[in-house]
Order: sequence, then structure tokens, then C-alpha cells
Amino acid sequence: MARVVVDVMLKPEILDPQGQAVQRALPRLGFEGIADVRQGKRFELEVEGPVDDAALARINEMAETFLANTVIEDFTVKVEEPK
Amino acid sequence: MTARIGVVTFPGTLDDKDSLRAVRTAGAEPVSLWHRDKDLKQVDAVVLAGGFSYGDYLRAGAIARFSPVMETIIEQAKAGLPVLGICNGFQILTEAHLLPGGMLQNNHLHFICREQKLRVETSGTAWTADYTAGQEIHIPLKNMDGRYVAEERVLDELEAEGRVAFRYLDVNPNGSLRDIAGITNAAGNVVGLMPHPEHAVEPLVGTGRTDGLGFFTSILKKLVNA
Repeated sequence: MARVVVDVMLKPEILDPQGQAVQRALPRLGFEGIADVRQGKRFELEVEGPVDDAALARINEMAETFLANTVIEDFTVKVEEPK
Repeated sequence: MTARIGVVTFPGTLDDKDSLRAVRTAGAEPVSLWHRDKDLKQVDAVVLAGGFSYGDYLRAGAIARFSPVMETIIEQAKAGLPVLGICNGFQILTEAHLLPGGMLQNNHLHFICREQKLRVETSGTAWTADYTAGQEIHIPLKNMDGRYVAEERVLDELEAEGRVAFRYLDVNPNGSLRDIAGITNAAGNVVGLMPHPEHAVEPLVGTGRTDGLGFFTSILKKLVNA
């Protein structure tokens, strides 16, 4: 079965306090040199049948209407190559 | 005959009973609506109550927005049905794009529960006619995802059209842009806010004040006089 990954991130201009909290914790844990962290969501979709243009169009529609709220979030859709 | 005001219960809704009680206290007839029913039982207005519908999974209000009852509410709200979204209900209304912008986690990352001072910015909605513009009220606020965000262009438009319905006073409790606590659609029938008027309708409970009752008397007068 093919896997399609949808990544959802808050739009760049929107404050991400969770990412900031992670970033601020890093130096305390000994991880230096990270200037910024933004936290998002990853959806792994196991697709039945071929991942053709039609299937990808449906997944884009799904991401746009449901997985992401495009008022506040951006998303990307990637087909994962089989290992 | 009095007006029939529906209150929707989703799995995870918490404040439906208080909302039904507030409707009754104002003198209207409360009607329970169920998330899986498309039928609105011929109500004259709808309240989307607070809580954590569908566990707030994915995003607050995101799954509720696609429930059967919301299909009907979205359609009828566009045709003028008065809808009030409180807290999770406000989140559902933004997810349904009946109101612009979106709701995100409080900027301090904590759940908040406090008595909140608000300014009612407009009496020109179905749910605020019993207030005067500029009136200050105290009602409870309790949420995790209360930070209102929208593009600058949208915020400017809301301000210019007088659609910022409520603003936080003294303290901005969650990082909401421009201290926005609630907004209305252009027609004034759809209103959403984070604080809870239904918890402030009787002196014995809540804040000890009845500052929230005006939401329910406003809609009742509008419907009865219609």
C-alpha cells in the first residue's frame, strides 16, 4: 500500500507558543544553536489502490477541507517512496 | 407563544444543560438538539454550547463542523437563522467559516478559568440588542484554545464594519489579536465569543451577577417581535 504524508504547519505569521516553549527548553538540555522551532502535525495516509493524479487530487481536497484549516494553517502533500 | 431556542449536544459538549437553563431563565422554550440529527425541530434560533466536542481532536471544533446537525445549521445560518456559538461553539463557527478567522491555543499554553471583564462593542446583533454599545460586563471565561487570530486585512475589515462584538478589558487572557473576545457575521445573526454568558444568568451561581442574561433576552425579544 502506498503512503502519502500530509504535513500541516501554522502559517508563518502566526505565533506558535508551543514551538517557542520547545525552543526555550533546548539550551537547558544542552542543545545549543537552534534559533527557532515551529511545531506542526504530520498525517500518514495508507492509500488503497494506485496513487495517481485522481487520488492525489482527492487527498489535496481532504487536506484543504479537513486536515488543515487554511485560514490559519498551510499544508504539503508528499508521496512516500516504498522502501 | 414564546420562541423555541435549540441547544446542540455533541459528544464532549459540557455546557448544554447550562445553556438550556439560560434559555428557560430568559423566558424562551429550550429544545435539545442532537449532533447526529439533521432535523432542527423547527427551532427559531440555535446555541452551540461550550465543551470539547469530539475531544477537540484535530482542531477545536474541526470534527463537529462536519456533523449532520451542522450541515443544516450552516445552511440555515446563511439564510438568517440566529446562531450563538459560545467557546467551543465559537470554534465550531470559525471552522465552519460562518465567522472569519480561527482559534488557537492560549499564548501562555495553560487552561484558563476566570471571571472576565468584557466590553460589548455593538448592540446591532440578534444576540446583543439588550446591551448598549460600550457596556462593560463580567462573565466567566474558561478555555484552552481561546486565542483569536485572523489576517490583518480581515481584522481591519471586522473593525471597519463594526463586527468586533466583544473585547477583553483589563487583561487579554489568551493572546487574542486586538483583544477580540467575540465577533459577528455581517448580517448580525451569527455571533461567537469565548466567554460564557450562560454561566452568568442567575445571582446564585457563576460570577454572582446576571450579566450574561442579556444574550438570551435579546434573542427572545427579537424572535417574539418578529
